[in-house]
Amino acid sequence: MQNELNVPTMAELMARGETPEILFWVGCAGSFDERAQKITRDICKILQHVGLKFAILGTEESCTGDPAKRAGNEFLFQMQAMTNIEILTGYAVKKIVTACPHCFNTLKNEYPALGGNYEVIHHTELIQSLIREGRLKTADGHEFLGKKITYHDPCYLGRANEVYEAPREILQQLDVQLTELKRCRSNGLCCGAGGAQMFKEPEAGNKDINIERIEEVIASQAQIVAAACPYCMTMLKDGVKVKEKEGEIEVLDIAEITVRANKL
Amino acid sequence: MISQLIFFMLLGVSLFLFAKQAQQIYANIQLGKPVDRFDNPKARIKKMLLVAFGQQKMFKRWTPAILHLFVYVGFCIINIEMIEIVIDGLFGTHRILSFLGGFYNFLIASFEILAFLVLLACLVFLVRRNSMRIKRFQSPELKDWPKTDANLILITEILLMSAFLLMNAADYTLQGLGVGHYAQVGSFPISSLISPYLTTNTETLVFIERGCWWFHIVGIFAFLNYLPYSKHLHIILAFPTTYFSNLNPKGQLDNMPSVTQEVKAMLDPSFVPQVLEGPLRFGVKDVQDLTWKNLLEAYTCTECGRCTSSCPANITGKLLSPRKIMMDTRDRLTEVGDNVKKNGSFVDDGKSLIDTYITRAEIWACTSCNACVEQCPVNLNPLEIIMDLRRFAVMEESQAAASVNAMFSNIENNGAPWKYAQADRANWIQGTD
Ligand code: SF4
Ligand code: SF4
Repeated sequence: MQNELNVPTMAELMARGETPEILFWVGCAGSFDERAQKITRDICKILQHVGLKFAILGTEESCTGDPAKRAGNEFLFQMQAMTNIEILTGYAVKKIVTACPHCFNTLKNEYPALGGNYEVIHHTELIQSLIREGRLKTADGHEFLGKKITYHDPCYLGRANEVYEAPREILQQLDVQLTELKRCRSNGLCCGAGGAQMFKEPEAGNKDINIERIEEVIASQAQIVAAACPYCMTMLKDGVKVKEKEGEIEVLDIAEITVRANKL
Repeated sequence: MISQLIFFMLLGVSLFLFAKQAQQIYANIQLGKPVDRFDNPKARIKKMLLVAFGQQKMFKRWTPAILHLFVYVGFCIINIEMIEIVIDGLFGTHRILSFLGGFYNFLIASFEILAFLVLLACLVFLVRRNSMRIKRFQSPELKDWPKTDANLILITEILLMSAFLLMNAADYTLQGLGVGHYAQVGSFPISSLISPYLTTNTETLVFIERGCWWFHIVGIFAFLNYLPYSKHLHIILAFPTTYFSNLNPKGQLDNMPSVTQEVKAMLDPSFVPQVLEGPLRFGVKDVQDLTWKNLLEAYTCTECGRCTSSCPANITGKLLSPRKIMMDTRDRLTEVGDNVKKNGSFVDDGKSLIDTYITRAEIWACTSCNACVEQCPVNLNPLEIIMDLRRFAVMEESQAAASVNAMFSNIENNGAPWKYAQADRANWIQGTD
């Protein structure tokens, strides 16, 4: 199936004199992390399936600067931001979909003051609107029917930008048994990776944050925990592994669930 | 006559002292950097009405929310009674507002019921705080003075409310006995229940009634002047603090304008940077580097620990406690304020907010998850302070963990936080699932 992927870059489209409806901002994790790459491809499959004309920046994409900013390096962040804005302006980009809530937050909230104004949505919001418009229809007898699924709110999608419903709506229309974690929505517990923690050893404490979170997932008795952020994905997956629950709990991104439920 | 004079003097002195304290706090807040929070008054008033007046965020936790609501409503309503007390005190009258008739009876009755509810709530709070081992009341930053402060306030409220009810009980009994100026006014649903247990000796009753009256009013004057030293300052500052709330999405961290100037100049040699006022320091080393809003927030913190109890770092045993960040900021600000007052301007005391008060291990444990901001019942933002301290550590001192520095250089050199070549960025297209 992988060969069917047709992912044009902005440069290619421009050379052909075309403009896409939406730019897919892949993000660093989505570009390089093995598991996140798979999610990236799944998002492309969805876009391709519904016939939405999209493009990526490809090798012209660069880190939004979010991890630098949250680690206190405002210089590096703004250098990244200004360089990215220059490229986005060059392609007259108006609408962006991101796979990562951190990219989403930064592009949506922190780029405008530096001159980058775009309509930015997260992939869960895009999938939600495709379902609402009837462009994405769940396949009959898909594998998630009746399964117990829970959803982990990424901080930068939930609390930071108050997107709580889109991912839940996607899961609900799959006729799954959606159960909430004890700490969910605005009270959700972080996976432990934000604020540049992903790139350092945790400070001294008595537990890793992802373990605290995974214990809550285990307590929910869900068979699948849905994620919507590449960092959360890594943290939850590691948590499941540490707890040796790989046989019982699957961690899946909302995009992966959508692809499977639609048998794409 | 003498008692009127004493009352007048007490009132004057306590108002004067309070005004001085308030002035000092205002001056301390002014030590902060400017930030514009004066736009959009409509949205701001709405925030204030919901969060401060309406206690919206308290209701994330129902039990304390209801108990706190009793105390809050009780406190506001019973203070209407203060109008009468002050007039009576100044002019030597007794229950001057009783001419309101039926409405007066209604007022007194509701004061009594509320006073009783406040009394109950404070008793429950006292037990909760001291013997129920609720985790957010056990943190290290809540030992010593903050613990005493919380208990002092609760005990004071219990005493004040008891005095108020006892005063009414004595008054009610005297009314029944038809003594002197104790005319039959008011309605006493609670104190009429206490009345049968009181003596019928008129002199003792008058003594109790007057004693409680004085105790109540002197207690309130003392409370007023105690506020500036206490977390209870929130009963006043919650209003301006929520009015000046950050109205942006929680995920949005400000882009430092001073950095924008430098970055623009770096990217475009023809760019002429604006000259920004004041000594330029990137990030926050001490309280003067924070904005006035951060400083106002430090004075508003209720030390409730809702932030800390939802902080993933704190929950998993790290040193970071967002409540401590706010308390440290307030303590340091008080110290810096005294320093400025004594010396005319700030004289270096070899201390700073970072290191002396807040350690590196604390600021580097934060995941920037915004749970603390979300939970805070008065909309405070410990995360902003943490991020600004990191900015100082990184941009002024180049002090960060080696792995964080490696992440920086990866972004700088290959446009990703990991060591991958920019040229490989789209290789995922060829991958197999
Ligand atoms: S933002 Fe930082 S301090 Fe606040 S709750 Fe999250 S980890 Fe704790
Ligand atoms: S910052 Fe807010 S939540 Fe935290 S202790 Fe202070 S008032 Fe409570």
